[in-house]
Amino acid sequence: MNEVAERGLAALTSWRGARPRFLLWLAAALLFAGLPLVFRSGSALTMMSLMGIMIIFALSYNMLLGQTGLLSFGHAVYYGLGAFFVVHAMNAIVRAKYPIPLPLVPFVGGIAGLAFAIVFGSVSTRRGGTAFAMISLGLAELVASSSLIVRDFFGGEEGITTNRTRLPRIFDLTFGPQIQVYYLIAAWCILAMAAMYALTRTPFGRMCNAVRENPERVEFIGYSPAMVRFVAFCLSGFFAGLAGGLAAINFEIVNASYVGLQQSGVVLLATYIGGIRYFIGPVLGALLVTFLQLMLSDVTEVWQLYFGIMFIAVVMFAPGGLAGLLMMHAPLLRARALGRLPVPYVLLLAAASVVATGVIACIELTYHLLAKAADGTAMRLFGISLDVASASPWLVAAMLVAGGGLLARAAWAITVRAWNDAALSVGAPP
Amino acid sequence: MRNAGERLVLELVLISTLNGVLFGMLLFLMASGLTLIFSMMGVLNFAHASFYMLGAFFGFQISRYAGFWTALVVAPLLVGAIGALTERYGLRHVHRHGHVAELLFTFGLAFVIEEIVQMIWGKAPVDYRVPALLDFPAFTIFATNYPAYKLFMLLISIGIFIALLAVLTRTRMGLIIQAALTHPNMVAMLGHNVPRVFMLVFGLGCALAALAGVIAGPALVTQSNMAELVGPILFVVVVVGGLGSLSGAFIASLLIGLIQTFAVSINVSLADLFAAFGFAVDARSSLSDLQNVTVAQIAPIIPYLLLVLILILRPVGLFGTRER
Repeated sequence: MNEVAERGLAALTSWRGARPRFLLWLAAALLFAGLPLVFRSGSALTMMSLMGIMIIFALSYNMLLGQTGLLSFGHAVYYGLGAFFVVHAMNAIVRAKYPIPLPLVPFVGGIAGLAFAIVFGSVSTRRGGTAFAMISLGLAELVASSSLIVRDFFGGEEGITTNRTRLPRIFDLTFGPQIQVYYLIAAWCILAMAAMYALTRTPFGRMCNAVRENPERVEFIGYSPAMVRFVAFCLSGFFAGLAGGLAAINFEIVNASYVGLQQSGVVLLATYIGGIRYFIGPVLGALLVTFLQLMLSDVTEVWQLYFGIMFIAVVMFAPGGLAGLLMMHAPLLRARALGRLPVPYVLLLAAASVVATGVIACIELTYHLLAKAADGTAMRLFGISLDVASASPWLVAAMLVAGGGLLARAAWAITVRAWNDAALSVGAPP
Repeated sequence: MRNAGERLVLELVLISTLNGVLFGMLLFLMASGLTLIFSMMGVLNFAHASFYMLGAFFGFQISRYAGFWTALVVAPLLVGAIGALTERYGLRHVHRHGHVAELLFTFGLAFVIEEIVQMIWGKAPVDYRVPALLDFPAFTIFATNYPAYKLFMLLISIGIFIALLAVLTRTRMGLIIQAALTHPNMVAMLGHNVPRVFMLVFGLGCALAALAGVIAGPALVTQSNMAELVGPILFVVVVVGGLGSLSGAFIASLLIGLIQTFAVSINVSLADLFAAFGFAVDARSSLSDLQNVTVAQIAPIIPYLLLVLILILRPVGLFGTRER
């Protein structure tokens, strides 16, 4: 199925040519510009700003994981160091009155990320695979531990603060209000996205893919896989540093958690959930993960558990991520063979939501029973008042999981059959 | 009679050596399973330390109802079963998507296990105590009482080590496992049910990690972040020891255990060192942070330095025979 999708994508892009692609970017820029007119609230602005930062960060991560096949557990090192250098640069600009306006400052983060990627990349990219993953983990631990020792630079536990409004002004923009910061992030985000996309279309981008697929053959045709990996790593470090710099401007505080393993984990989750095989994947992942991080944490206190379960579900059932699921349909869409699929999909979705409801009920009941014992046994779930100590809510939850599971299995079989029929009808292998 | 200073150093060395060997043996209990799994299946199991944590919490919970000795047996069995099920219904399913997917699966699993433990037992340390039977000082070196429980931990881990060695070298299953360590494809060619061997080894590895958790829980802190603390160090042990080498993992465990324990007890900073050679350090210089860092403070970094150095200089590990 993946092959079909890939062929479909190739056809899609060649059919479109360069001018429609330019129009696509223009549309994206207009979308970014127009969003604040629709979502006016402060929390929406904050969320969109964070999404922009996460998009750059996740795309930079996918330059490694998706395009070059390098699994890194320490990408936040470059993000965090970029953020720290930007904070120090902002404070230095204010102190020494350098004539550098705020919109250019994120570049400092990019350069910092690039510099550290050159240093760390020169020792870690000689090998791919597990060895690279382990070195990245070791380096991440090193930097994370050092961040608590070198207090001058990292500011210890409380971190380093700055004030973005005190920098030299340009066009009379203070960057005090969040809306101005959003537009700054959006502008950088469009630029970075376009640059990273363009990079995938260059011969170098293609060599990265070749190194991912078969480093031995790459060596045979005269390229050095280690060099390709190194350059990809450095560029990826640049964009990660850029994202970190924007985060520093957005929050006006940077602390040790920026370089921490948790941050590295979040970007890995976001990228993989979005889908590493397509350029658009990490963008989708960044949007979804940022949204969930902010929304779920309001709704439930064990949101990280749902997050982890969702990640495992994606790894097990949809290794192509969201983008992989969507792109699977591209050839069918063009052949107009989608007609038979919506019904099985609705069935599958319904069955899956029954299971999800059951699982959520189990988790929330357990959480309330164990962690909130002091609040008594009464709770509200899905708008229903119930008693955790009685057996009935547990029975209902268990029945939802079991019954939904059976339904989902049946629906899955129907969906697979419908999918195979549709794929065969357009002449693609099922 | 020696003077007091020398006695203090000798005491420090003796106690640190004992503690270091103990920590090293605990590490080996976990690393042995991890290295078996890694070498045979090529899966770097991120959740291995989580099974150690599960062992500690199961041990705590069971010992509250049925006593420590029951927990010592039941908790590892339970966790081993969970591990085997994880392999059978999780990892094996993900296997066809490749090594990265497998690694990410265990990564997500570690995340979920930590969240579940937090949900059930909370974030604060639980009151997991040394059993009353072993709650006395075994012997006294100079002025330090050495607790009997630590001696018991040492004995258990040495006992398991010997048992593991016997199983691996004396039984048919052990021979298949050993063969699968170095020549996994050949073993499958010979008609052995490699997936079942994988499941057994995964379960066994998890059970060993859980055992380490049950016995380490009362001596260390049983808390929901204990997996996070020990997990990366396990990787260091496996990588430094070398792929496919149990003896490498053993030596690396002891090495890391000793290094960590000794580094923690040495309270010397770079500035002290400079002072000893007659250089005065300006306390206000911007590098004063770095110079005043003591060896004890950088103790947590040392294993990772070792990891990075080994991977750069000798990627197969100290005793490894092949690269994955």
